[in-house]
Amino acid sequence: MREELLTIIEKNSRIGLRDLSAMLGREEIDVANEIANLEKEGVICGYHTLINWEKTSLEKVTALIEVKVTPQRGQGFDKIAERLYNYPEVKSVYLISGGFDLLVTLEEKSLKEISNFVSDKLSTLDRVLSTATHFILKKYKDHGTIVNKAANEQEREMITP
Amino acid sequence: MKPLSKTIENIKPSGIRKFFDIVSEMKDAISLGVGEPDFETPWHIREEGIYALEKGKTFYTSNAGVKNLREEINNYLKRTQNINYNPLTEILVTVGGSEAIDIGLRAILNSGDEVIIPQPSYVSYEPCTILAGGKPVIINLKAENEFRLTPEELENAITDKTKLLILPYPNNPTGAIMEKNDLIKIAQIIKKHDIYVLSDEIYSELTYKGKHTSIASIEGMQERTILINGFSKSYAMTGWRLGYACAPENIIRQMTKIHQFAIMCAPTTSQYSAVEALKNGDKDVEEMRQSYNMRRRFLMKRFKEMGLNCFEPYGAFYVFPCIKEFGMTSEEFALKFLEEEKVAVVPGTAFGESGEGFLRISYAYSMENLKIAIDRLEKFIKILKK
Repeated sequence: MREELLTIIEKNSRIGLRDLSAMLGREEIDVANEIANLEKEGVICGYHTLINWEKTSLEKVTALIEVKVTPQRGQGFDKIAERLYNYPEVKSVYLISGGFDLLVTLEEKSLKEISNFVSDKLSTLDRVLSTATHFILKKYKDHGTIVNKAANEQEREMITP
Repeated sequence: MKPLSKTIENIKPSGIRKFFDIVSEMKDAISLGVGEPDFETPWHIREEGIYALEKGKTFYTSNAGVKNLREEINNYLKRTQNINYNPLTEILVTVGGSEAIDIGLRAILNSGDEVIIPQPSYVSYEPCTILAGGKPVIINLKAENEFRLTPEELENAITDKTKLLILPYPNNPTGAIMEKNDLIKIAQIIKKHDIYVLSDEIYSELTYKGKHTSIASIEGMQERTILINGFSKSYAMTGWRLGYACAPENIIRQMTKIHQFAIMCAPTTSQYSAVEALKNGDKDVEEMRQSYNMRRRFLMKRFKEMGLNCFEPYGAFYVFPCIKEFGMTSEEFALKFLEEEKVAVVPGTAFGESGEGFLRISYAYSMENLKIAIDRLEKFIKILKK
């Protein structure tokens, strides 16, 4: 049931226990226990909401920053990654194969704040060799969801054989 | 003016059509009445169609269909059923499974030949049999057998005029399946009486209790079976109109004659997309199957909770609950439900008289849609039970 359960709530974390257990063909109590276990084990790390901030009055600027670093003896990239992910404005940090090492997503209220973060905080870190900042101009798809999908008019007939 | 064809005039219009007209009048009704997937065709398959158009693949294909596609169909049957067809002579690509049903019957029947049709089943078997000059012999399947065809029922329906059995599993509208053991018993009778089988396996990928077995895979059956399948249900490609028939060479040769004069060839774009579907579509099929299965479980559980009697179906995307306890015909029930709760379901009688007392409820709908509709059904039934 585990993978099936996760597949459902990854797409819809708000689904009620009753529907969830019906879809899985299990008792509600079993499903509730399994969810509790998954949370305890850290398989489920959180329940978030996908928001299209562009449709609100709040200004948000997002940047993807490629960072080249020197790994530390005995700790590899973990230490430097930790220095970065502890900033609340840093939304994600990935270790990447290829031309650079870390990919950092940064969300701020303005371009200026992003540039401040890069020049004051990021570039000044000891192990950082170089950075390249890319601003996101438009989000087409996020977390598997097409952001501005036109309401899909169901063109199916009401009744077919 | 002179009268039109008597044969056609005597054929009853589809029972579904009548209900469709009523539903279309009804504004803001929600429907559980559709016999097609709610998923759009997977993108990589659609994209292959776009490429085919860009590359100018806009001509007729050979009558029997693109060779590559027929080879992929054979590969598919080899890997799923362990049966082998010669792609050049034993596979015909058709305009949906429906064309294959029509021309399969026309290729086999002589005037007066009897065709055994288990019902409830898809709406076209009976009229197509009549159009081909055959005589439909209906077997009324029973709920207590989970709407499977039993050897006794088959044996009782056979006469010395019996030419062919239509085997519609996994079944629309009941959701019933026939498992390998069931098929072995049926096959013995078929061989004993030397009759043909037209096996409509369009829902073959949508089973929820082990994989589907084709009757053609049972010993001695391939030589007397027209296996019909297609892309509509498994790959959510209803609008592409693409199916196929696999049968011994002598049957395919006759079917191809009708096909070439009436149709020429199946749509070219669809054929190229179908190659992609067979080559790289297994993952999509599995994902859709899992979604259907969750909805199926959801419906079964809700039916149980509201006390609606329904055998557990393991195929297609339909459930077929029994409404006999409410003292209404299927049509009365469906109409009342539509008028009072604005939900459209199809009366079982649209699929044959033995569908009386049942409803076809399709779960080819999003969970959100299903939830609303089932809540309304629960409310409706509660009032009826008072």
